[in-house]
Amino acid sequence: MSGTRPDEQEYHFDVVKWFAVAAVIYLVVGALVGDFIAWELAFPALNFDNQYLSFGRIRPLHTNAVIFAFGGCTLFATGYYIVQRTCQVPLWSTKMAWFTFWGWNAVIVGAVITFPLGLTQGKEYAELIWPLDILIAVVWLAFMGNFVMTIVNRNVSHIYVANWFFLGMMVMITYLHVVNSLAIPVDLTHSYSIYSGVHDAMIQWWWGHNAVGFFLTAGFLGIMYYFVPKQADRPVFSYRLSVLHFWALMFGYVWLGAHHLQYTALPDWAGSLGAAVSLAMIIPSWGGAINGVMTLSGAWNKLRDDYVLRFLIVSLAFYAMSTFEGPVMSIKTVNALSHYTDWTIGHVHSGALGWVAMVSIGAIYHIVTKLWHREMYSVSLVNTHFWIHTIGTIIYICAMWVSGIMQGLMWRATDEYGNLVYTFAESVSAMHPYYVLRSVGGVLVLIGALMMLYNVVQTIRGAKSPVAQAARV
Amino acid sequence: MSFQEKLEKNIWGLMIMIAIVVSIGGIVEIVPLYYLDNTIEKLSQEEDSIRPYTALEQEGRDIYVREGCYTCHSQMIRPFRDEKERYGHYSLAAESKFDHPFQWGSKRTGPDLARVGGKYSTEWQVKHLVNPRSLVPESVMPGYPFLLEQKVDDTLTERKLRALAKVGVPYTEEDFSTASSSVQGKSEMEALVAYLQVLGTMVNFQEGKDYRE
Repeated sequence: MSGTRPDEQEYHFDVVKWFAVAAVIYLVVGALVGDFIAWELAFPALNFDNQYLSFGRIRPLHTNAVIFAFGGCTLFATGYYIVQRTCQVPLWSTKMAWFTFWGWNAVIVGAVITFPLGLTQGKEYAELIWPLDILIAVVWLAFMGNFVMTIVNRNVSHIYVANWFFLGMMVMITYLHVVNSLAIPVDLTHSYSIYSGVHDAMIQWWWGHNAVGFFLTAGFLGIMYYFVPKQADRPVFSYRLSVLHFWALMFGYVWLGAHHLQYTALPDWAGSLGAAVSLAMIIPSWGGAINGVMTLSGAWNKLRDDYVLRFLIVSLAFYAMSTFEGPVMSIKTVNALSHYTDWTIGHVHSGALGWVAMVSIGAIYHIVTKLWHREMYSVSLVNTHFWIHTIGTIIYICAMWVSGIMQGLMWRATDEYGNLVYTFAESVSAMHPYYVLRSVGGVLVLIGALMMLYNVVQTIRGAKSPVAQAARV
Repeated sequence: MSFQEKLEKNIWGLMIMIAIVVSIGGIVEIVPLYYLDNTIEKLSQEEDSIRPYTALEQEGRDIYVREGCYTCHSQMIRPFRDEKERYGHYSLAAESKFDHPFQWGSKRTGPDLARVGGKYSTEWQVKHLVNPRSLVPESVMPGYPFLLEQKVDDTLTERKLRALAKVGVPYTEEDFSTASSSVQGKSEMEALVAYLQVLGTMVNFQEGKDYRE
């Protein structure tokens, strides 16, 4: 242990604890809303002709809840945790960290109020109205400022690789959020994007894919690069691979947005460029996945009884799978079939439920045991969570693969005279069994999330009891 | 000491390098769209009747956005045989040049709406929006009966058009002065259907002409 490392008590971990607990709560909320809208698609009567429950208004609530509330709180918790641990200094400003906690939660409360009311900017994953957008920007800059200044104060000479990924995310998300959200206000709740048509489309998908590439990938790779080596108690497999992974990801991801707009009115060169870089992205993505998984080499036996590692390693398997599937879907001939179908939804969820959620769940279990200084209340419940989440995710993705490919084939099917074989309505009714199946997968994920919440709450309650205090010493 | 190692010891250097590296892709893909002439197709006089939405249509468009119709309907027809059969001529960039924000969408849980204008009668549209399954039993669309009762808020209409004019939509003083009165007393249903009925009707396509080079 280095002589300069501060005592455990000097780190500011309270804010990490609050963000971690908030993340678990939002995982439940996000999964609940998501599963509700999944049932709405299977049984449209569940919209109840009620505007506040209608699919179109609630779907943005689901996406924002899982991306920004669950994903965001996980990133804040792990970011503040990792930067202190790897720099061996306390946070630069505790006040600013608490400001980000309350500010970010204010954004989330704002989302919960505004979306059912139909207050939206109408751009996917950037639906929040302009005052909330400004609040996001301020909170985000406070997060970045605090993070950077903590690194400036560090007690080690090198900046650890996990922090590079966090920094990459912070810089790019600032840039994306500000540019994509530029709008001219009409009143406090209504505004129009300053861009129109084809330009708005390109800028929106530059944001849209990089919300995935930077918020949901770079940041979570930062989590992977800290928690996998920590939990496995081994150094990262290859330093060179992490350097390559990092810079290739920073450079490459930015180009991918255009692949969402192939065969649209976006000029062909832009879509093709996006697709070409998308294919090349298999290399750094798999490099990163291999780097994470191979960190375990020589310690594979830990997978048998370490529940945190199991979440982390399976998340990397899903990461590898999604980052293979994504480039395949960006190939023009595949995209012609897959675009506009449920296949895209399946792809997103293999990334979101398989990669992002699982690496987050693993990291949060790790943080809870470390910060409350005790084993989880029920390890068998964690194991059940692992299996129920994995099975739910697989059911979800498989249902969407089948329905997506089926939609694509039904839409394009023509008979020998060149007439369409199916009406659109026939393709909708053919989806019904898969929409039910998908919703069942979602229920499993939701049950898993509830188990986690219960387990985390019980663990924390136990930690406050005198017995636990004694055990800690 | 390698460049990488220098960056690992210098937070500001690392931040600047990141900022540069992540900028490249976006700049290469976005900036030329504003300079290249062929980004938005040039149309001849007889082809081009693309105009800003009327006040009522724009209010309808705002309802379309508010209800999140784009989460299930695209407005972007691709140049494929089946899409031509089902939806009509492929979409042009010019057709959405006044759309703030664009509503091309990314998912077809329901059919594409880029050329739904004039495809069904106004009565059909209203009945379908109130209860989709009364006309299309397989549909999974939510019902929107509440649009019949809710009135368009005419106090904001003029400000909406003025805001749109600021970002480049060529509205005139006359449009502003009649904005509020032209939507007064209209139901949200009337506004939304007015918008749907104009979708994709503003270009007179010439048979056999290739609009995408």
